Amino acid sequence: MIIGLIGVIALVATNALFLIWMERKVSAHMQLRLGPMEVGPHGAVQTVADALKLMGKELITPEEVDRPVYWLAPIVIFLPVLLAFLVIPFSRSLIIKDMNVGIVLILAFSTLTVLALLMAGWSSNNKYSAFGAIRAVAQNVAYEIPLLITVMSVILMVGSFKLSDIVAAQGSYWFVLVQPLAFILFITCATAETNRNPFDLPEAESELVAGFHTEYTGMRFAMFFLAEYTNMFITSAVAAVLFLGGWRGPILPGVVWFLLKVYALIFLMMWFRWTFPRVRFDQLITVAWKVLIPLAFANLLITALVLKLR
Amino acid sequence: MIEIGIEEKTYTLNLGPQHPSTHGVLRVLLEMDGEYITKAEPVIGYGHRGHEHMAENRNYQQFLPNMGRVDYLHALAYNQGYCMAVEKLVGLTVPERGEFIRVILSELNRISSHLVWIGAYLLDLGAFTPILYAFDDREHILDLLDRITGSRLTYCFYRFGGAPRDLDEEFITGVRAFIKRLRSRFRDYESLVTKNAIFINRTRDVGVITRDQAVKYGLTGPTLRGSGIAYDIRKSEPYSAYPAFDFQIPIGEKGDVFDRYLVRILEMEQSLRIIEQALNQLPNGPIMADKVPKRLKPAAGEVYQAVESARGEFGCYIVSQGDIKPYRIKLRVPSFGNLSILPEVAVDTLVADLVAILGSVDVVIPEIDR
Repeated sequence: MIIGLIGVIALVATNALFLIWMERKVSAHMQLRLGPMEVGPHGAVQTVADALKLMGKELITPEEVDRPVYWLAPIVIFLPVLLAFLVIPFSRSLIIKDMNVGIVLILAFSTLTVLALLMAGWSSNNKYSAFGAIRAVAQNVAYEIPLLITVMSVILMVGSFKLSDIVAAQGSYWFVLVQPLAFILFITCATAETNRNPFDLPEAESELVAGFHTEYTGMRFAMFFLAEYTNMFITSAVAAVLFLGGWRGPILPGVVWFLLKVYALIFLMMWFRWTFPRVRFDQLITVAWKVLIPLAFANLLITALVLKLR
Repeated sequence: MIEIGIEEKTYTLNLGPQHPSTHGVLRVLLEMDGEYITKAEPVIGYGHRGHEHMAENRNYQQFLPNMGRVDYLHALAYNQGYCMAVEKLVGLTVPERGEFIRVILSELNRISSHLVWIGAYLLDLGAFTPILYAFDDREHILDLLDRITGSRLTYCFYRFGGAPRDLDEEFITGVRAFIKRLRSRFRDYESLVTKNAIFINRTRDVGVITRDQAVKYGLTGPTLRGSGIAYDIRKSEPYSAYPAFDFQIPIGEKGDVFDRYLVRILEMEQSLRIIEQALNQLPNGPIMADKVPKRLKPAAGEVYQAVESARGEFGCYIVSQGDIKPYRIKLRVPSFGNLSILPEVAVDTLVADLVAILGSVDVVIPEIDR
């Protein structure tokens, strides 16, 4: 288990490094430019340079902040995401601890990020940050519900919370083929949960300067960044396990297939970010409560009906 | 007596003067009730540079570069307005080829100003990519204008009596190629922006300016035309070579943000039409009036000349007392009037809507502050 934990931390660090570079390259090519090219071949070492720069920055703590909360927020946003790695099946045997409550664990821990956002926004003693925090809480809570319901539809088909069971149940066909609506709903809710465009109101640059992490500098800011990318990895991993057959695939080893699927979904999320404008806050909440939740419920009912009639 | 309930209080939020969405140094004092705005008050003056005072201490030629800095996005129109005002005062006539050159360059500049507007506006709404596509198109315009005028942004090209340099063959072929390219790009803008559901949701029925409000507040330009009033100085009080061209004035119906956006897109197409016609009908001849005195000493009098800039009516009012320096130059800038509608339209909107409305009015703060 210790080896697993060390492996997870290594994976998280390399993943963040790779994803930041990927985001910059993807965004650049979609915007008719090249992105980082100087540092290393095609800018591959750019993220390392940025990380070193961030580590060297002064950790400024504004005077009137709520100190304990302000210092804890970057830690609280990062740890639960790390813990979610415990149950992700990278291949048939590469799973740190195959728990009975696998999927529930991941969903429970990903909810803790909301708490961290609220802590960060509130403690900063800054109206813009408070705004960002309020928006983040409302958005994350609203989009948790259809997320959970769509996951339930898949769990109904499998009958177990264990992630390895879910992958095993997709032997003949991937679940995305029988649950396309659930897949679309899941991707939408995942984009909202990780606060990515078009749902990135909590950190809306043009309206709120930088939202809930306005007052954070240096390594603390890096933690928020890291947590966002790791969160993207986790939600894409869950989507890959639930809908795309996890590590299943011909010829290539399981790990390779798994990572391919995860990064394809992450690429999709990045594609969204650089294509769409931002949704307005009340429209965001309206869509969640009036459109996604009824659709998710309908999906669940139809799944239950079909399973009952079989 | 026991008071039940919480006392409702509004709080003040300060948007700017340093803010990614205020298009310059504009400060908007907001009184907010939760996320809704109860009062919005623009505070200007952060960029006052004293252009009108500078005018009193320079002679007419020395003031020419200042005009490009007042509104740097459509500098050639401001150049044109000032030159035409002085020419009226002195009594110079610009030859036909000079007028055609002025129209072509000003219309190209109008397109580049609208491209900047599209990019910046969509950036405010959260779409990070269109600004780079718009700036890519704009690069072509800037390269073309750079060949003739020598500058990329703050032009100081026209002289009293015409233009100092003529267009060459390479410029004309470049412009024709650009027209073709931009027309094909309009399809991209149409499918990715105009028909985008998120964009339409953000802009439809937001920030509606009624016709009465528009007239009452003295709006001009696309902000006015979005509310359905077809007033364009190029058609209503034609100047320069515009009477020779056939073009339309796009207007909106509802006066919401989406209509103002659409008006500007369609205006770009109309500008392309004007440029095409101008290139086809380009006459030969001199580009400068002959016998323009080296130091202008206009007779005492006043003159007002208005031109249609990308933002609205730019007027130049010159009072001369027979000296080589003007007694007073007053610049009537469109953004000053257009910004005045903000307190009225912004009531009971969200901050996100305020950003959308402010962007759709297309203010350039340096010209408000001068």
